[in-house]
Amino acid sequence: MSIRIAVGQGSCGIAAGAGKVYDALFAALQGSEVSLGVVGCIGMCWLEPIVDLYRDHTLQMRLVQVKPEDAERIAKACCHGDLSALNDLAISEEDAAFLTKQTRIALRNCGLIDPNSLESAVEAGGYSALRKVLAKQDGMTPEEVIACIKESGLAGRGGAGFPTWFKWNAARQSAGEEKYLICNADEGDPGAFMDRAVIESDPHTLIEGMLIAAYAIGAKEALVYVRAEYPLAIKRLHAALAQAKEAGYVGRHILGSDFSCEFRVKAGAGAFVCGEETALIESLEGNRGMPRLKPPFPAAAGYWHQPSNINNVETFANVSWIIDHGGAAFAAMGTPDSKGTKVFALTGKIRRGGLVEIPMGKTLRDVIFDIGGGIRDGKDFKAVQMGGPSGGCIPASLLDTIIDYKALGATGAIMGSGGMVVMDETTCMVSMAKFFLDFTAEESCGKCVHCRIGTKRMQEILTRITEGKGRKGDVELLEELCNAIKDGALCGLGQTAPNPVLTTIRYFRDEFTAHIEEQRCPAGSCTALRRYTIDPANCKGCTLCAKKCPVNAISGSVKAPHRIDLDVCIRCGQCMAACKFHAIQVG
Amino acid sequence: MNCECVKQKSDLSLLCPVLEEYAAVPGSLITILQQAQEIYGYLPMDVIYHIAAETGSTPAKVLGVATFYTQFRFQPVGKYLIMLCNGTACHVNGSERIAQTIQEYLQVENGATTADGLFSFSIVACLGCCSLSPVMMINEETYGNLTPDSVKMILQEIQKKEAAQ
Repeated sequence: MSIRIAVGQGSCGIAAGAGKVYDALFAALQGSEVSLGVVGCIGMCWLEPIVDLYRDHTLQMRLVQVKPEDAERIAKACCHGDLSALNDLAISEEDAAFLTKQTRIALRNCGLIDPNSLESAVEAGGYSALRKVLAKQDGMTPEEVIACIKESGLAGRGGAGFPTWFKWNAARQSAGEEKYLICNADEGDPGAFMDRAVIESDPHTLIEGMLIAAYAIGAKEALVYVRAEYPLAIKRLHAALAQAKEAGYVGRHILGSDFSCEFRVKAGAGAFVCGEETALIESLEGNRGMPRLKPPFPAAAGYWHQPSNINNVETFANVSWIIDHGGAAFAAMGTPDSKGTKVFALTGKIRRGGLVEIPMGKTLRDVIFDIGGGIRDGKDFKAVQMGGPSGGCIPASLLDTIIDYKALGATGAIMGSGGMVVMDETTCMVSMAKFFLDFTAEESCGKCVHCRIGTKRMQEILTRITEGKGRKGDVELLEELCNAIKDGALCGLGQTAPNPVLTTIRYFRDEFTAHIEEQRCPAGSCTALRRYTIDPANCKGCTLCAKKCPVNAISGSVKAPHRIDLDVCIRCGQCMAACKFHAIQVG
Repeated sequence: MNCECVKQKSDLSLLCPVLEEYAAVPGSLITILQQAQEIYGYLPMDVIYHIAAETGSTPAKVLGVATFYTQFRFQPVGKYLIMLCNGTACHVNGSERIAQTIQEYLQVENGATTADGLFSFSIVACLGCCSLSPVMMINEETYGNLTPDSVKMILQEIQKKEAAQ
């Protein structure tokens, strides 16, 4: 049996050069028996581009950080069947452990199947759960499907963690002619990309999960609201829907049953607030994406004021597995409060960044240090940001917190959609809080005064603190504003916008004090507060820094220590980058 | 269409197939606007008036929706649209320096187009390629692990390619 080569082509893989590697392999394999294919994203983003070598459906070797120049060599080794010649490209044991330490359910097919091929999905078990549900004999009623999801304990993976079965049941119970099933793929949380990975790598699993949900609530129409920033995901989803329709999984009388369901894909137009379900519905209806007052909840009056159910991509990606394996199997994983697994997008100052799926109940330390390999460049861990603009920063002292909706909520952060941005000692927490307020102030839809003006005022205060112009009492003023916004905002965006500020004040108050009272940024990150100095002991007087300085702030004669005039210095850091003797320090 | 401020003369016939397909479908305004932007590169004011008239809406409502979403532009863009990600991971990994480099190298502000009409520069929300941060997209191509030097090289390559044509 000859070897099959699969090149990982998610958006990150392609950005890292997987397309060029594929082209080079295609050219090198002309006339050979070795087949070449595409798979989605395996989630080991720091090793992209990744090329997998299979024989009889068994992975023989995983090659990492492959360059187009390696193609000839790979082609030759595969043609001769002697893979030992590629040992230098093979993944290290340490890196491979990144995957073996995970438990993959939502991501079970990502990086293993061809996202452009229905056969590939079906071979991996795709649509078996749908067949089980719709079987003429011993099929499942909608109530049985909802009971199975209830038993599994699956909760909304978009961030709120609301029990999925409850929403489905409410939509099922609601009286209404037309019902709609909606998938929220408007993954706007900066730092999260698991939904993109699922759509790009395994679109049929999403479609199958949505079909089962549509059957359960009694919807004949399903809509996917995808961010316009994900062109590849939109393209693959459209292609997968066309294949599913042709094969009879989508459309009228699915698999010969009485159940019919049509799909539509709508591209979002760039507004973070549209991740909020009622704002998303407004946007689907072609309006400004401003949240509605709840109640009525979408289950009673959603899209076109008909009963609607909205879940996010990761939630749907779990559904077919639960139907296949039973609710109890899913509920067997996790903690009493949070069942199953959760996907995290591990990024920032981490050594091994990518997608991590683990059972609930593991600790943050397990994810960041055991799987992610800790901080890169030998620096110290400072905090991990979870939940994006609605979440918070968790400090090193709480690294043993377990991953569970309640336990994470107790820290002031949230589970969120799964973004985990890791920060080291060089990240300034005040600047981080400002970063999120810049974001929410920009993304506030403007409907509620507290959110619209409150976030603006907070942004102003945080800006002046990072510029060394903070006033005594600013921290207390921030806290007061935070509480007012929490109380006064209508939707989740506004109610949670203060979280990043509240958690940084709670855990890193000393950094705020240093900025305000000493005009000092302990992380050395706030530009306006940087003090560049030259250590005379290390300075060789090479004059390079003086030549680089754009404002002539550095003086000194050749072979004698130089000095920086801080009144002239614009804190651009070019001198420090240029110095070969590490003589320039920043504080 | 009697407003004095509408001075553009876009070829409105290009929009006919889009309006034929979507004008009567409720809730399609964003889709129509997206396709109009595909056609014209941005949303000219006369196109907005035309869409309002054809969908039985008002220019105020159409413009209100268009200005709500960051995707829509009201000025023509350059041949190459640079979108620099300012998500959390990119921010932590130094996207600010990359923004500075682009602004200095191309002499272009955020949201503006270069004098030669070649590049438009826009700092955008998370592009979802966090593991490659800092990241930018130029048209539909994504570039990751950017450094000030690599950004300059990417831009130089495009300039060279354009000069050769």
